[in-house]
Amino acid sequence: MQIYLPIAEVSVNAFLLLGLGGLVGVLSGMFGVGGGFLMTPLLFFIGIPPAVAVATEANQIVASSFSGVLAHLRRKTVDLKMGTVLLIGGLAGAALGVQIFAILREMGQVDLLVRLCYVVFLGIIGGLMFLESYRAIRRSKSPTPVRTRKKHGLVHALPFKMKFRTSGLYISVIPPVLVGVFVGILAAIMGVGGGFIMVPAMIYLLGMPTKVVVGTSLFQIIFVTGFTTLMHATTNYTVDMALAVLLLIGGVVGAQVGTRIGTRLKAEQLRILLSIMVLAVCFKLALDLLVMPGELYSIGQGAGH
Amino acid sequence: MRIILLCLAVVIALPAAAEQVVAGLSRDEVAITANFDGSDILIYGAVKRDREPDQSEPLHVIITVAGPSEPVTVRKKDKRYGIWVNTEAAEVDLAPSFYAVATTAPLQEILSFTEDLRHHVSIPKAIRAVGVTDMVQHPRDFTNALIRIRTNANLYQYLNAAIDLRDDTLFSTQIDLPANLVEGPYRTSIFLTRGGTVVDRFDTVIDVNKVGLERWIYDLAHNQPLIYGILSLTIAIAAGWGASAIFRVIRI
Repeated sequence: MQIYLPIAEVSVNAFLLLGLGGLVGVLSGMFGVGGGFLMTPLLFFIGIPPAVAVATEANQIVASSFSGVLAHLRRKTVDLKMGTVLLIGGLAGAALGVQIFAILREMGQVDLLVRLCYVVFLGIIGGLMFLESYRAIRRSKSPTPVRTRKKHGLVHALPFKMKFRTSGLYISVIPPVLVGVFVGILAAIMGVGGGFIMVPAMIYLLGMPTKVVVGTSLFQIIFVTGFTTLMHATTNYTVDMALAVLLLIGGVVGAQVGTRIGTRLKAEQLRILLSIMVLAVCFKLALDLLVMPGELYSIGQGAGH
Repeated sequence: MRIILLCLAVVIALPAAAEQVVAGLSRDEVAITANFDGSDILIYGAVKRDREPDQSEPLHVIITVAGPSEPVTVRKKDKRYGIWVNTEAAEVDLAPSFYAVATTAPLQEILSFTEDLRHHVSIPKAIRAVGVTDMVQHPRDFTNALIRIRTNANLYQYLNAAIDLRDDTLFSTQIDLPANLVEGPYRTSIFLTRGGTVVDRFDTVIDVNKVGLERWIYDLAHNQPLIYGILSLTIAIAAGWGASAIFRVIRI
């Protein structure tokens, strides 16, 4: 069934959109990532204009994240206090990121920079997570008991300490705020929720238990992407409601299914799966940059001068 | 019937040229609804004559349909530092979002170069690219790329010999409008040519408009962006909550 999208001004198959939403929703529920880093390139691929894809994707992430976070709230796997601290940083970062994005657009080459950002960050994070999870799985299989070493690094030496009961942490608020700002900037530039950066940052930098990481990440993502949606709707008029509704019907159902699959898998398995997926997307994007494209020319919107 | 009546009406009226176009469209507006997946328009007409024309050159008909024009940037990729990067960009002043040209015979045989320049009939002439020349080294490559990409997307159509002309009098053709149409007036022109020269032209407009829900969403997004944004978020949150609530009940 073909449907005409009022803002994107293209006609696409409604079931294709439902399917894409569902697929990305499952992943989003499983891993606590918004799924934007997968969905946005997929939307480009089916012919949605990039500006509309990025803005609408932000709106769709709100829905799938909200659906996911409710499931986590009932399971009490959301650290609301930590989420709020991350969020404060995240909103500041997103506002800053939008400004950086505007400056880069003036300079041109913004597409290339976004792609390079994807390749670099997906590559680093995917690689690190894969190695770490692989070691963890091998360790758990070997009979030697694992020594859990509490590291007392920089995270513990800084002032403004706060107790995060759900995470079982007593650390300074400075690192979470900085993580929030950093992820916020990247989220705005790359047009994603930033879960794929937030999740490893919470595990490796803040030392949060994997159990609460997913729910807390989703909680923070809702607000950052909600803010981004409003910004796009009021400045660029690029949020397509019809597209968003189709994606989110698939997405919210998928997110619920994904959350249930996620709770049945072990943390290490979950991480290794996420890292493989991140590396696959990274590889595909890198390939696009390295292999000669079939069509050297592309059409963009005119500057109208 | 309508054509005959129209013919009769104009036969009585005062003649201007030896041959004139009398034309009609199967529809003069296209409504873009939620399940719009393209549309086709039948363009038909007749040639009215008040005196015997010079028959030494055969009569030909050309029909063009042009969507709203807008400036377009064409970018070219090149290999730099091992990766493919957009290096050159050219601004095309005005390019129609959709363009179809239907003829009775190959265009270059029935329309002279100067007439093409004057009436902007062929696809390259329908694009206005004056500014391109001083931006890049090979401006032709850029306009050709634009035509190639849009032709592949079925947005630019050259329909050679697609017009059915009977007894040098009655003609008709069908233009297929693709699903990814842009809103606006679609200028439609019919040309009669003899020996490469345009003897008469007829212009009309097909209005392409979003209607119903499509219209409402589009207007809200542009006139009340904040309300639209909040509404989009509300729908998203409601859908997220709804799915969560339903799944809690059915417990998968």
